[in-house]
Amino acid sequence: MTLTTPRPATPAAPRADRPAPTSPGTGAPRSRSGRSRRRSTGPRRPLPATIALYVLVAFTFAVFAVPVYWLFSSAVKPEQEIYTFPLTWVPSELAWSNFTDAWTSAPFGAFLKNSVITTAVGTALEIGVAILSAYAFAFVKFRGKMLVFAVMVGSLMLPGHITLLVNYITVSNLGWLNTYQGLILPGIGSAFAMFLLYQQMRQVPTELVDAAMVDGAGHLRRMVTVVLPICRPMILTATLIVLIAKWNDFVWPLIVTSTADMRTLPIGLMFLRSQEGYDSWGPVMAGTVIVALPMLAVFFLAQRRIIGGLTAGALKG
Amino acid sequence: MAVLLPAVRRPRATTRATAGKVPRRRSAQRTRRTLREGLLFWALIAPNLTAIVVFGYYPTLYNFVLSFTEWDFVQPAPVLVGLENYLELFQPGSMLMEALSNTALFVLVAVVGTLVGGLAIGMLLAQRLPFTGLVRTMAFAPHMLPGAAIGVLWLFMFDPNYGLSRWLFGLLGMDSPHWTTTSDFSLWAIIIAYAWQRLGFVAIIYYTAILDLPKDVYEAAALDGARGWQLFRYLTVPLLSPVTFFLVVTGIIAAAQTFDIIATLTGGGPGTSSTTLPWMIYDQAFVDFNIGTSAATATVMFVLLLIVTLVQTRLANKQVHYS
Repeated sequence: MTLTTPRPATPAAPRADRPAPTSPGTGAPRSRSGRSRRRSTGPRRPLPATIALYVLVAFTFAVFAVPVYWLFSSAVKPEQEIYTFPLTWVPSELAWSNFTDAWTSAPFGAFLKNSVITTAVGTALEIGVAILSAYAFAFVKFRGKMLVFAVMVGSLMLPGHITLLVNYITVSNLGWLNTYQGLILPGIGSAFAMFLLYQQMRQVPTELVDAAMVDGAGHLRRMVTVVLPICRPMILTATLIVLIAKWNDFVWPLIVTSTADMRTLPIGLMFLRSQEGYDSWGPVMAGTVIVALPMLAVFFLAQRRIIGGLTAGALKG
Repeated sequence: MAVLLPAVRRPRATTRATAGKVPRRRSAQRTRRTLREGLLFWALIAPNLTAIVVFGYYPTLYNFVLSFTEWDFVQPAPVLVGLENYLELFQPGSMLMEALSNTALFVLVAVVGTLVGGLAIGMLLAQRLPFTGLVRTMAFAPHMLPGAAIGVLWLFMFDPNYGLSRWLFGLLGMDSPHWTTTSDFSLWAIIIAYAWQRLGFVAIIYYTAILDLPKDVYEAAALDGARGWQLFRYLTVPLLSPVTFFLVVTGIIAAAQTFDIIATLTGGGPGTSSTTLPWMIYDQAFVDFNIGTSAATATVMFVLLLIVTLVQTRLANKQVHYS
């Protein structure tokens, strides 16, 4: 039995490496983009061109950063600095009262709890279910399984809005309206995560799996001790992508919940803004920060993996 | 069962030589094994398959049936009305017509805008300047945010009295439009907020693809005397066309289904000025309780998106690959 070291060949990982900061202007490797080919005519970019590029980079940064800064700064601005013109760019003091106002004028504690529960349980179930089905398609022998595979992947073509109405009726008939099972269960079927994991599992060296089989390991043992550890990077990537989608989910929690104590954060935020409206942007922005911050944190902690996972589909062609 | 496996496998290789001697036992064993594998297969995919069928395929089919009925959730059962919902929907000046034209404008501007902007930013980021790593992170971050948060944030930014919009238009010596409360601007407000969310994603995909472009082709073209704009127009753009194609298709599908930004920014209004297909489906079913109309609208949207997907599959087979 030859135990070749398994190369955890994730399709996403090589992509994820790429957005690493490149060492600036060493000059030796010429940038491969069309425009910068001009540089090959001379050793250096002329100074005006460099300045122009820096201005463009700064402008691009501002386009994305200014609204985010505006969000965070407004959330901690005292009220009188929000309702002034010319605008106050830097808050004179940190007014945390916006957060307490938001927290008391809407049950944000309940929203947060509901969001955490639906996201955590929903993600765990979706990934678990996706792992089982991906393993079945990759390793269990069954005639005609690719037909079943096509049926499952074909569900990717069903737009969310066409299932909305009937799912509402189904969940209502099951007596699940305004419950956690009603919030979570309709979303656990997963063609996308299954597809990602299936592609990864197909690359697991067959000798490894066969070796475990010869050693007497059943399917369950083979899955847990051989396949899953090799696929761990892709499982993590899929988990992150699913987790972000669940946290941000909007339309389903909107229609399936009917009382404030069952709402998730994005829905709660919508109701906060219609209650507080245009009169108290401070608390509304504080509420928005509460909704947005966890995803920003996840993104900054795992950005290479997330970007790699989300862009892999585009670049494999 | 697992212990049996090697024993089952080995005789298989010698079956031909000993064919006909003890075929019964072996084939019985194999049948049992196939059966067990088959059962295991169904057991493993059952949870996922059930969820996909019950909450994916069945609703799509039943939604089609509901589109030929009239119902308000209160009557005991939907009443069949034939094609009536569709006939009403396709009347000139109907809400569907407005929703269709709003969706078309939204999708067109959002997709073209993010493609052009994303390509420009992608090219810029590929120039290997310092700090572009930070810009890449910042550009991608909005793509991670909940649409509801983006909608509410932009609602404040669009505020004509205390939002950034007043400052920006003030720089040009103009008054800020009342973005979300006048029907001339409401759809554009949604387009801007949506484009801000997606632009960084498109830019990062282009950026990564640009770094992947084959260097030798550019060197050959440079030897032939091609410069700047020519390289971009005759090399970069065609070489990136598979990526562009992907972004167009996924962009259409994503934009056509946008809901959370609309819900938080304008609620489809004022009037129906920013009502798109997804908002109309929601509004008809869960605000006005016109179940049949909502189902028929959803069917129209499904057919349109299906056409996009089919065109994609057909074109994808004809696509030119340069690598």
